[in-house]
Amino acid sequence: MPMLQVHDLAVSRGGLTVLERLGFALGPSDLLVLRGPNGVGKTTVLRTLAGLQPALRGQIVANPDQITYSGHDDGLKATLTVAENLGFWAAVHGHSVIDPAISAMNLTALRARRAADLSAGQKRRLGLARLLVTGRKIWLMDEPTVSLDAASVALFGAMLRGHLAQGGAAIVATHIDLGLPEARMLDLTPFKAAATRQGAFDEAFA
Amino acid sequence: MIALLQRDLRLALRAGGGFGLGLAFFLMVAVLVPLGVGPEGALLARIAPGILWVGALLACLLSLDRMFALDFEDGALDLMAVSPLPLEGVVAMKALAHWLVTGLPLVLIAPVLGLLLSLAPGGYAWLLASLFLGTPALSLIGGFGAALTVGLKRGGLILSLIVLPMYVPSLIFGAEAVRRGAVGGDALVPLLLLAAISLGSVAILPFAAAAALRANLK
Repeated sequence: MPMLQVHDLAVSRGGLTVLERLGFALGPSDLLVLRGPNGVGKTTVLRTLAGLQPALRGQIVANPDQITYSGHDDGLKATLTVAENLGFWAAVHGHSVIDPAISAMNLTALRARRAADLSAGQKRRLGLARLLVTGRKIWLMDEPTVSLDAASVALFGAMLRGHLAQGGAAIVATHIDLGLPEARMLDLTPFKAAATRQGAFDEAFA
Repeated sequence: MIALLQRDLRLALRAGGGFGLGLAFFLMVAVLVPLGVGPEGALLARIAPGILWVGALLACLLSLDRMFALDFEDGALDLMAVSPLPLEGVVAMKALAHWLVTGLPLVLIAPVLGLLLSLAPGGYAWLLASLFLGTPALSLIGGFGAALTVGLKRGGLILSLIVLPMYVPSLIFGAEAVRRGAVGGDALVPLLLLAAISLGSVAILPFAAAAALRANLK
């Protein structure tokens, strides 16, 4: 029973169709890695799946209450501490336990520090720890390993593996090797939409 | 949603949160006007209701552009849109936080500033009541304007141009209630109309603002 199914999806960015005829299914414990050169539409696909923008065509079959998203920005408040930032997102999702997430991303020593005083990599780790406190099953992650060092990437890999082991699923757009052999690769290049189709010009005046 | 309210209040009270900014601005207006107009008690008393209401309006406007822009810039608004929070609830809570941080202090300090402007004794109760009933509408209308302009760089100026015309009915009825109260007339009608604007804003604007946010997140 797939948790997320995509049929014949077309997505657009800035009014231009970037990808079309995209289709895949994601079941429990599945990890899908989106690949492709810059600008191919990895972020656009993830934002569409997260419901942040409408699909141009096609179907997305999933329970939106099971999806969570992590983008380029972590949504952290500089004047709140690590625990306060995480506690807010936990409360928003109806939870109150944040300690497992804090220790999973090795933030225990930084618990009471303001987010403004964290390094870029530490902020990223806090942003990724947020995924754990949402308690949601499908993680959509856009470049999650940006500014992480090798040890933190390993930490993230362990967290992701734990999520998959509990029946979760994830779609990750990334350029690096996460070191997870179970990952399924999906190269988006073949789904690239034709730049400007013949006839589109006439349609505007029809 | 309570968590969002708590977070916004906490952010406002910490360094750089902007708490007291509107209040200080309101204070400055009420101090500067008597200096500019001169020490004529009768004249000041006549213009006091209008000055106080215009001052409150502008003070409210001052912190509006932060309502959604900060969360938009650091990605928190995207994450809230994906979270179980309805965007309508997000708007309502942010407007409430804005009112608690900006509107309510204005209401409480206004009688003191009324003294500076030699407001007639009969006007104080109406000043308190009109600001208390009117400022929630200012925060909600402002929230709608802030949601419309959230994706714009330097949207603060266009925000003022959008929001100020929508503040006009509140200003008219609010200042009128105080004026009538000060001269001992029947101030209940403008006060009730003011309350109607606020209640209408509570009922409609969170939905309108949430629709604007959705369009701007695309």
